[in-house]
Amino acid sequence: MTVAVNPSQTGEPVFYLADEHPHPEGYSTSLGFWIYLMSDCLIFAMLFAAFGVLGANYAAGPAPKDLFDLDLVAVNTSMLLLSSITYGFAMLTMQQNKIAQTQMWLAITGLFGLAFIGIELTEFAHMIHEGATPQRSAFLSAFFTLVGTHGLHVSCGLIWLVTLMVQVWKFGLIEANRRRLMCLSMFWHFLDVVWIGVFTFVYLLGVLR
Amino acid sequence: MSPDLLKLIFGRLGLESLPLHEPIVVGTFVVVALGGATLLAGLTYFRLWGYLWREWFTTVDHKRIGIMYMILGIVMLLRGFADALMMRGQQMLAFNGSEGYLNAHHYDQVFTAHGVIMIFFVAMPLVTGLMNYVVPLQIGARDVSFPFLNNFSFWMTVGGAVLVMASLFIGEFARTGWLAYPPLSNIGYSPDVGVDYYIWALQVAGVGTTLSGINLICTIVKLRCPGMTMMKMPVFTWTSLCTNILIVASFPVLTVVLALLSLDRYVGTNFFTNDFGGSPMMYVNLIWIWGHPEVYILVLPAFGIFSEVTSTFSGKRLFGYTSMVYATVVITILSYLVWLHHFFTMGSGASVNSFFGITTMIISIPTGAKMFNWLFTMYRGRIRYELPMMWTIAFMLTFVLGGMTGVLLAVPPADFVLHNSLFLIAHFHNVIIGGVVFGAFAGINYWFPKAFGFKLDVFWGKLSFWFWVVGFYLAFMPLYVLGLMGVTRRLRVFDDPSLQIWFVIAAIGAGLVFLGILCMLMQFAVSFLKREQLKDVTGDPWDARTLEWATSSPPPDYNFAFTPVVHDNDAWWDMKKRGYQRPLTGFKPIHMPSSTGTGVILAGLATAMGFGLIWYIWWLAAVSFIAMLVVGIGHTFNYHRDFDIPADDVIRTEDARTKLLAGAK
Amino acid sequence: MSRLKILALLPLAVALSGCNYVVLAPAGDIAAQQRDLVIISTVLMLLIVVPVMALTVLFAWRYRQSNTSARYEPEWDHSTKLELVIWSAPLLIIICLGALTWMGTHLLDPYRNIGRIHADRALDQSRAPLDVDVVALDWKWLFIYPDYGIATVNELAAPVDRPINFHITASSVMNSFYIPALAGQIYAMPGMETSLHAVINHAGTYKGFSANYSGAGFSGMHFNFLGLDDKGFDAWIASAKSVGGSLGRAEYLQLEKPSQNEPVRRWGTVDSELYRLILNMCVETGKMCQSEMMAIDAKGGAGHQGLNNTLPLAYDKYARRGTALGPEPTFVAGTCTPDAPQGRTTASITAPADTAPLLGAGLKRPTFTPLKSSSFFLGQRPKSDS
Repeated sequence: MTVAVNPSQTGEPVFYLADEHPHPEGYSTSLGFWIYLMSDCLIFAMLFAAFGVLGANYAAGPAPKDLFDLDLVAVNTSMLLLSSITYGFAMLTMQQNKIAQTQMWLAITGLFGLAFIGIELTEFAHMIHEGATPQRSAFLSAFFTLVGTHGLHVSCGLIWLVTLMVQVWKFGLIEANRRRLMCLSMFWHFLDVVWIGVFTFVYLLGVLR
Repeated sequence: MSPDLLKLIFGRLGLESLPLHEPIVVGTFVVVALGGATLLAGLTYFRLWGYLWREWFTTVDHKRIGIMYMILGIVMLLRGFADALMMRGQQMLAFNGSEGYLNAHHYDQVFTAHGVIMIFFVAMPLVTGLMNYVVPLQIGARDVSFPFLNNFSFWMTVGGAVLVMASLFIGEFARTGWLAYPPLSNIGYSPDVGVDYYIWALQVAGVGTTLSGINLICTIVKLRCPGMTMMKMPVFTWTSLCTNILIVASFPVLTVVLALLSLDRYVGTNFFTNDFGGSPMMYVNLIWIWGHPEVYILVLPAFGIFSEVTSTFSGKRLFGYTSMVYATVVITILSYLVWLHHFFTMGSGASVNSFFGITTMIISIPTGAKMFNWLFTMYRGRIRYELPMMWTIAFMLTFVLGGMTGVLLAVPPADFVLHNSLFLIAHFHNVIIGGVVFGAFAGINYWFPKAFGFKLDVFWGKLSFWFWVVGFYLAFMPLYVLGLMGVTRRLRVFDDPSLQIWFVIAAIGAGLVFLGILCMLMQFAVSFLKREQLKDVTGDPWDARTLEWATSSPPPDYNFAFTPVVHDNDAWWDMKKRGYQRPLTGFKPIHMPSSTGTGVILAGLATAMGFGLIWYIWWLAAVSFIAMLVVGIGHTFNYHRDFDIPADDVIRTEDARTKLLAGAK
Repeated sequence: MSRLKILALLPLAVALSGCNYVVLAPAGDIAAQQRDLVIISTVLMLLIVVPVMALTVLFAWRYRQSNTSARYEPEWDHSTKLELVIWSAPLLIIICLGALTWMGTHLLDPYRNIGRIHADRALDQSRAPLDVDVVALDWKWLFIYPDYGIATVNELAAPVDRPINFHITASSVMNSFYIPALAGQIYAMPGMETSLHAVINHAGTYKGFSANYSGAGFSGMHFNFLGLDDKGFDAWIASAKSVGGSLGRAEYLQLEKPSQNEPVRRWGTVDSELYRLILNMCVETGKMCQSEMMAIDAKGGAGHQGLNNTLPLAYDKYARRGTALGPEPTFVAGTCTPDAPQGRTTASITAPADTAPLLGAGLKRPTFTPLKSSSFFLGQRPKSDS
């Protein structure tokens, strides 16, 4: 609020704005989205906490070092990190109002995201096939839930990405669409940060355990 | 039809799921069905459906949504209180070999439902409703930050309530206590639908609560009118801000813990099981990490209401505004550091217990400071004993008692002898009724004239007040006594006849509270009939101090024709004192959000999905989920969500008010 | 007015007519000390609560609207001195109460050995404490006296003035073991052990019960606690012995099934391994004991071999545990041999943690210890046997 609350010329106090401008559309959106992200962050925090508590309860079953294929996870991590970079390019081209290039970078981001989900599903399928199901031990329950929740978020992000691409295609880079791309950008980078946590605490430290 | 096909269509829902063998439930169902049918027929006969849909169900106006929250809270209060009466009746009768009139299957559902309903579907809607109605007005805003989200949040809360009510007649509710501790609530010991109803009712409502929390934080942070710095916000707005921060920072925890429990129940994971390395104690920790802040989510807005009421009816500035604000913030932060005091007896060891015991006691310091601030607001004031002030005095006397027993329970060795006893029950009813419920009633009596343009009837209000206060003491003081006799909670039958007299007194108290509720309903009815007599045209019937009283009662859709500019904590008082003149010309079109039915549809689909998951009707769950996605995405293709109220309409509304005001003088 | 007075006295009259305020007048020293804390804390708080309530009434009366002689200062809203008082008065009380809490919590920690028999009687070192194993079942209490080799259901006895060490666990869901006359309560949880140290000072019959709701039969889950003199206690033990009967694993599995309002039962002999097996949730033959499982887990799990080490679960406490979307319920199979009875073997640990140093850097591989037995927030885990 930068409206001056000075007395008017006559020295009388001003009690209302005679000439007001409504808040621009989406005035609270970025704050609201940040608060949403923080509440989502809390969801992940709780899942990390659950993994922290249960992560060593193997129930005489396999431990992380028996199950995790770090090479595959490294590839997977790079997929997600690359997708963050390409999203960054999409935002840069959006600033320059280049619709086609924005769409292209968004599509590439989507492909990287899809690759990430694909690799993750392969990993899950492999583990379950081996018998390391979420039901086998509390450690596996916590692992599948934490990593799966992240994967679910990425999948939602993909659906959102496609929706936004359609909207940009139909309506162009209008103010509302720019705002939405900005929100998805925050969401996408947020998932990246969470994945760094997953990669470190679940995979790396898990294998060392 | 083959059993397999039936199972595909209806999941585990069958004729035997209907509690036809429980006469009490059948009787209730008949009454509810008749009442519901009459209501529906009436609405159809008077052709009110279109009006309701257009003006209420699809509205994004924070005032109407606030009113709908209050109605939901009061309706659910009747259900929750019926459960309370049944419990008091059972515990009064089940002596000397008598089994009472409720079997374990029914009684265990009753006390679970009572707790769940009272917290989630009575206290929460009442508090959220008041915040929704009052906060935008107090900060001089036109609406909340995200009006559509506000509508959606409300309907999600309704969806949760619908699921809880459905459990009464279709299947059963949880038999686990209101926090559903595993292993008891896990699939091995509660294989029926009860806990699933619990989970999905809370999940659906919880989404709504979290979103409305985000919404109100944004509203308070971003939409304050010019001049209203943080330290010039009314105290109710401050406590609402802190409450909503608490909501956003604690409800996700509930979401996670219930999601993990449902994974255990649906796919057989091992988070809270005994075998395979699961840990039921983790559930207890997680749910209280949500549960303790929840207590403050409820009571902080009540503190705000009492602050407004005390200062208004003492005709005096609030004493120690700054320390009041700091006390609120300190309580907000500390409320995250005390959760373990709910289970000192789980064996955490002395150092951990002492830490959490002492942090709990520390909360009583800012709370005590608040109490003194109200006290010194009254000091050298001119106190008018209108209904809101009466509730406030009752609160002050009652809440100190509850606070005292609370601090007592925070001493771990004392908790070892009083944990889970009726002393504990008496304590938390003492603070929740004495704090939250009295606060909500003070708020209702205080802001009702703002919302409807006429005051509430004083006679029935006083009757309700006295029934409630006397009934409360009669109902809960005996429970303190019983707790000291070592009687534990949730017992269905007793074998020591000397206890019976106390349960009889408590039941009489509950009966008086029931009369209090009836008198309150009477109060609404009588006030509506006498609305011309009780009319207030000034918009400021209490000679109040904050901005919501600067506009008309009820306020126009746009709240304020011109956005106000604030110079003082007590903005409206300051305006009145300095000779503010209501503007009569220069009106402009006002930009407002438009109504949408998407919120109702999405919440309805979410409720259907919950129902499908509860009964294992997988196709219903899947279809509703996909439909939700489609509707949600479809909604984002609508880029035109607001409209301008033409200047002519504003002029007409404001001129009407000018005339009314002139008539009043 | 006089009628009001009579009404006001009514509760008092009722109170005096033979009600038993056991929490305020317990018969055990621990409960008595807890009672003292209750009273001291209450008095401390009344120091501030009573003035607040009195001031509320006083101000509410004195500054009523009709009293125009009272001072009215509508703009008075701040006083630094008063602010100091209203923040520091509660603070001082809380400092006292906090100190009291810290000491009381440590001295009366249920895990701590008792320091005295009674306020005026010191501990007699020559008298060994009485060990009692307590199991919360659906919906009854099982008490095992390991030193005497007897077991009872829903009746507990202890000699006066002899320290008692309770070891507490549960078979299926959470309960809370509470004898108000003796000492404060502590949760009884499956697969975990809590303990309670207490002593009873007066002979008599006291109520004990579960103080945490545990399902349909919860209301009937109470027992008598008998405080007996030494002779009486010996007679009680002898009478239990004379009943005969033996509580072994098979009998326990029958007993464990849910039942309500159980009468008192006694067994003259009891399987000495039984409590350990209950605690480790492996009374059923073929089930892996928790202690064994935790030992394996502490060494890094059982690797891929462990994956197949599960068997279908045929019996569960209430109903089959199967979930709608999950696989058939299973349990982890034990790996005992005739030489090493259930839960005592370490032979199955096929995948020990690799303790070889990392190559190259010359640093030892960091060791990650799994959650320790008394993890910070989660109370006691069962003691590991191996």
